[in-house]
Amino acid sequence: MIDWDWDYAIRILPALLGGLRVTVLATLLGSVLAFALGLVFAVVRRNRVPVLNQLVWGFVELWRSTPLLVQAYLIFFVLPDVGVTLSPLTAGVLALGLHYACYTSEVYRAGIDAVPQGQWEAATALSLPTSRVWLGVVLPQAIPRVLPALGNNVISMFKEVPLLLAITVVEVVATARQITAGSFRPVEPFTMAGILFLLISYPAAILIRRLERRVGVL
Amino acid sequence: MSSEPMIVFAGVEKRFGDNVVLSDLDFTVAPAEHVTLIGPSGSGKTTILRLLMTLEKVNAGTISVGGRYLSHMEKGGTLVPADEKYSREVRKRIGMVFQQFNLFPNMTVRGNLIEAPTRVLGLSKEEANSRAVELLDLVGLGEKIDEHPSRLSGGQQQRVAIARALAMRPDVLLLDEVTSALDPELVAGVLSLLRDIGETTDITILCVTHEMGFAQDFSHRVMMFDGGKVIEDAAPDQMFSAPEHPRTKEFLAAVLNRS
Amino acid sequence: MFDNIGLIVSRLLSGVPATVSAAVGGIAVTILLSFAAGLALLARSRWVRGVARTYVEFFRGTSEVVQLFWIFFVLPALVGFQIVPLGAGILVLGLNHGAYGAEIVRGAVGSVPRQQYEGCVALSMSPAQRMFRVLLPQAVVEMLPSFNNLFIQLLKSTALLSLVTVQEVAFQGQVLVPNLGVGEKLTIYLVELVIYLVLAVLITFTMRRIEGWASARVGRAPTPRARRPVLPGKPS
Repeated sequence: MIDWDWDYAIRILPALLGGLRVTVLATLLGSVLAFALGLVFAVVRRNRVPVLNQLVWGFVELWRSTPLLVQAYLIFFVLPDVGVTLSPLTAGVLALGLHYACYTSEVYRAGIDAVPQGQWEAATALSLPTSRVWLGVVLPQAIPRVLPALGNNVISMFKEVPLLLAITVVEVVATARQITAGSFRPVEPFTMAGILFLLISYPAAILIRRLERRVGVL
Repeated sequence: MSSEPMIVFAGVEKRFGDNVVLSDLDFTVAPAEHVTLIGPSGSGKTTILRLLMTLEKVNAGTISVGGRYLSHMEKGGTLVPADEKYSREVRKRIGMVFQQFNLFPNMTVRGNLIEAPTRVLGLSKEEANSRAVELLDLVGLGEKIDEHPSRLSGGQQQRVAIARALAMRPDVLLLDEVTSALDPELVAGVLSLLRDIGETTDITILCVTHEMGFAQDFSHRVMMFDGGKVIEDAAPDQMFSAPEHPRTKEFLAAVLNRS
Repeated sequence: MFDNIGLIVSRLLSGVPATVSAAVGGIAVTILLSFAAGLALLARSRWVRGVARTYVEFFRGTSEVVQLFWIFFVLPALVGFQIVPLGAGILVLGLNHGAYGAEIVRGAVGSVPRQQYEGCVALSMSPAQRMFRVLLPQAVVEMLPSFNNLFIQLLKSTALLSLVTVQEVAFQGQVLVPNLGVGEKLTIYLVELVIYLVLAVLITFTMRRIEGWASARVGRAPTPRARRPVLPGKPS
């Protein structure tokens, strides 16, 4: 029933690995954006900046309850009409970053809330400026604790990257589809794409579980 | 010593929801005076310290420190509640030591001591460092300067916390039950340090404590609080040997009998 | 531009039945698999635990899009028949989210205090009675907030089915998009987002009601909002 052609499999491997590179690149860039933007969201919400606070809250609630695919379509198809033309990969990274920023902001909030109230009070007692309270006292205590959760978000993002093929990003699953279209043999390309995902995300998940044990899960 | 009071509470009211913790509170503290606040939990003593440290805001009345309003600022001839910027300025002259020490775990002892002097007072790294070394020697922990707080005992951490507060050269020092979280054998070390500080500096000190022996030697004045009001205010010798108010008698009897 | 709005909205709404079918079907399969695999993860037999663990790690470790394409493109090549797109979609949604759900079930049952388990043993209850009469009812209350998040994840994933020709909301949107002007494109996507948001709110509303009912059955108040899981997205 399962006829697997090893020669074929080996021949298509380089192309698939090329696609995987794009997948990994999108994940890394998207994660950087999500980490940075999520932190901004979390700090804004924590500081209760008047109008900005509600806007951020509204955006985060909307954005994380709706499909990433639709958001990617929105960014890729609507922006060119207002003069901003982005490459598929850029649009994809932007979509990933915005979407996952909504998750990371919650992660950061949990970490910040876990910093004991006494730390804030001691910082006030010493009259430290707000920037130092955040950069010198609170964030250095909040962030290490939530690194495992941030890591899990990266893995989740990695597994969602393939949907960017809908906006023509040529990552690993798109590559598999191209190969199949040419050869009419879907078994090897898609199976290998699946295995490639497993080979990366499973060890990564194990590493993160180890990290959780060391850092103490929130 | 000037005759201008260092701390003035005038008609202060503080509520938490429906719970009125302080009502129409008036008292003053003279410069270099050591005042101990005693009384049952919930009587408002810690709230007074927290108001002075601007960790809470007053609902009514005013607080002044060193002749300047703390809780309010003057704007166009009237008093309005102080904003963060103004509070931070006046607050620089006040230091606080907490029951839970609250040292910053992500910094070494040295880091804890130089953080505020460099970032707030604008001292250079060298000046802040030499001040830190001086203060740590004073509290007897010179060799721990590059340790992390987690490696110190409770008593040691509290002494570092005291040094950290003193590094800001405050005019007013607030001590909030600073020995309550310590193992009994470590308490004496911290108390004797505080006595030294009281004797060798002109800092005005407001102290909330259950250590009555310490309160007796250390203070110039003891104020007994109950239900958000000062019910008795006297020199320690008088307060402890001949309290006047029935509630004070009751409280002291219970506390002194236990210890 | 705005006269088209009515057409746009009605076209998008025509995709809602497919979205809802996929979501409901997916949720049903998810619940079945979550409990089956979740309880299997707690079984005595190492073999049963191993099978469940393999299922969970496999479906959590691979991408949902890959799973979808595999069932849709590869399976027919192997077994000779083609599953209906919607069916393939429901299958993948259930298999994928069931793996995450299994961990939720395992975690919640594991978090019931040991004393409850010991009480059952003291009363000589059989393992089945223990599980179904005592442990599960208490565990279910713990699970519901996490399942709420999981089901919303599943709802979002139904959009992926548009990639295998299921004519749900996102698909309908893409059909319309090539023919529209600037403002209309933005409108389509915004309306799509609102549709998904409304469905997500419906899910949350339903789950909260169930939580209220389940909590009452074990004599507890529902988890206050502040204690809900703060890590949205797939719990891993």
